[in-house]
Amino acid sequence: MTFDFGVIVDALPFLIQGLGLSFLLTILAASGGIVLAVVLALMRLSGYRSLSLISAAYVNFFRSMPLILVIFWFFFLVPLIIGRPVGGFYSALIAFTLFEAAYYSEIIRAGIQSVSRGQIAAGYATGLTYAQTMRFIVLPQAFRNMTPVLLTQGIVLFQDTSLVYVVALRDFMTATTIVARNEGRLIEMYVFAAAVYFVICFAGSLYVRRLQRKHGR
Amino acid sequence: MEYNWDWGVLFREPYFGWIIDGIGWTVTVSIAAWIIAFTIGSVVGVARTVPVRWVRSAATVYVELFRNIPLLVQLFLWYFVLPEVLPREWGLWMKREMPLPEVTTAIIGLGFYTASRVAEQVRSGIEAIPRGQSMAGYATGLTTVQLYRHILVPVAYRLIVPPLTSEFLTIFKNSSLALTIGVLETTARSRQITEFTFQGFEAFTAATVIYIVITLTVTAFMTVVDERAKIPGFITGGR
Amino acid sequence: MRETRAFIERLPSTFRAVLGAGALVVAFGSTPAIAQELTGTLAKINESGTILVGHRETSIPFSWIDSDGGDPKGYSIDLCMKVVDKVKEVLEKPDLNVRFVPVTPQTRIPLLANGTIDIECGSTTNKLSRQEQVSYLPTTFITGTKLLVKKDSGIAQLEDLVGKRIALAQGTTNERVIKAMIEEQSLDIDVLNVADHAEGFLSLETDRVDAYSTDHILLFGLITRSNSPEDYEVVGDFLSYDPYAIMVRRNDADFQLLGTRVIADLFRTGEIKEIYAKWFEPFPTSDAVSEPPTDLLQASWRINAFPE
Repeated sequence: MTFDFGVIVDALPFLIQGLGLSFLLTILAASGGIVLAVVLALMRLSGYRSLSLISAAYVNFFRSMPLILVIFWFFFLVPLIIGRPVGGFYSALIAFTLFEAAYYSEIIRAGIQSVSRGQIAAGYATGLTYAQTMRFIVLPQAFRNMTPVLLTQGIVLFQDTSLVYVVALRDFMTATTIVARNEGRLIEMYVFAAAVYFVICFAGSLYVRRLQRKHGR
Repeated sequence: MEYNWDWGVLFREPYFGWIIDGIGWTVTVSIAAWIIAFTIGSVVGVARTVPVRWVRSAATVYVELFRNIPLLVQLFLWYFVLPEVLPREWGLWMKREMPLPEVTTAIIGLGFYTASRVAEQVRSGIEAIPRGQSMAGYATGLTTVQLYRHILVPVAYRLIVPPLTSEFLTIFKNSSLALTIGVLETTARSRQITEFTFQGFEAFTAATVIYIVITLTVTAFMTVVDERAKIPGFITGGR
Repeated sequence: MRETRAFIERLPSTFRAVLGAGALVVAFGSTPAIAQELTGTLAKINESGTILVGHRETSIPFSWIDSDGGDPKGYSIDLCMKVVDKVKEVLEKPDLNVRFVPVTPQTRIPLLANGTIDIECGSTTNKLSRQEQVSYLPTTFITGTKLLVKKDSGIAQLEDLVGKRIALAQGTTNERVIKAMIEEQSLDIDVLNVADHAEGFLSLETDRVDAYSTDHILLFGLITRSNSPEDYEVVGDFLSYDPYAIMVRRNDADFQLLGTRVIADLFRTGEIKEIYAKWFEPFPTSDAVSEPPTDLLQASWRINAFPE
């Protein structure tokens, strides 16, 4: 068994392109997912039974689905429903955003609930509306409290993006596989992929831990 | 939208048989992987809390390694890489002689991955137990092993039933990754039906409903377990 | 022309529409194609300014990509590019955006049907059951299912695989043919489901299976790419008839006609022979393997060389 890591060097530009797509997908899906998740969390805590039920149904629905199945749904069937193509990347982006929103919303709900009720009461007492109370008092504190958990979920999302492999979208994982098979160098390429993912995710989790210590939590 | 609905396709042979077969593999892979995950996760989780430094470090390395590499990459390492770096006979055994090579590999890969997550829950369960209990244990003359066996581990498990439930549910969802190494479980079967019949909506809907039913069933079962396991008056949660 | 275009693009959109309509009448009045109402795929391409070309990653020498991340290439890609050129001409869009979208045997038909790709340039068999979902341009290559085995294995036909394992790529015609044969003859052959040709070959190379089966020409392609081509051989009779063709969307007569016209032109003018030679005589991945067009294929070209 001979190892040839030169193959990685040769394919580096191609692999970096793939990694770029993985990051882009992560960042966009995380941003979109968090925005949607805030809406879902506020619906859940709104006190309106119907809104709360819709939000709960959404969250529980997506939390019981495997991500691969969600990706299949969006890749093959959504363009049929809306009657026009959205492109592979956007299909994946929509799938990840909707899927991750379900997980983020549970985190954000917990974050909002972690803000003491006295603060909300104080907000109302000073004449702020519900929206203003949320916007200026509750959400900023909630986000501060839950930043580490949100980041951790972001790392999970980054790992999850590797699943676009099943629809041949050219992220880091797919790029690695293409090189591995073209060059007949599976061992080197998959060990390399594991190392790259590990370094990125481990560094991310170390950063989260530092953040947690700084916040004294 | 042009689409010829045909829900009957799901109940026609061979497709109906495929779906049943797929459910069978989803459940088999998930349960078998869970047994591995629970066993290894327990050992590693306990190891992360013991007062022996090198044991703790080894356990930490395990958790960080398996938690920070995507499951898909891990599956590929088990499936494509491991048999090639082992001595030739062992590799051949993995690929040929081992019963159901793909299924077994999926079970091992999923089990080792999930073990790192179970380990974290076990650790947090043990750490959630007030120090007073350990001290009381030592004061009554228990050794460290006895302390874990009779106090920490039993209490910790009763505390972490809810987060373990969520891990148990996750393993069913993650078992769908087995399709990448050729295991025809539920998701793979629904895609295969789509290929053969082009009835994508029906096939994916069937898969979706199956996963929801699995989730509801497991949740109901674990709620019963949680009720039985709850320690009256113990407020500290596992998380 | 370029400058005019750029100038027009800087104008407000309503203005542009009026100008555009005028320009159509004045400048392009002589080309009837554009004056007609565009429909289906052509309208879609015209509107988006982009044509989405589906390609494969490991179908050598029809449609594959190298590790350098370059554009896909191959016989089918070349033929598709001829169609793309025609689209540019008809739409009067010389700088039409061409975007390549990778597809797999499992994704190619759904992605074409749902509009993620406009044309599929791979190694796809024209099958009647698939024609319920998609349409095809004229046949561009003819092949059939065979077995790829290691030379020292002693396997010469499907029956020799009893008690052994074969890899089949999910979603291929070969998968169905072999599985049907196994079932019909109640053969005790274990099947490994793989994602694509490269994975199938890999399974054979690493002794995970004893044979991989797909269209014979693709098997040649796989051998030329291996590290030790001399260890492999393609065996057995043709187990199926697989005429390859470019796929387009169903119920889109205009686009299909445009494509058919391009392909028939290539057949009629004989240009097809040059394109064919470029990819098959010899294979781009190995000078040692050359596959001249069979009599059957040449006859097929002649039959489909429809006159204008």
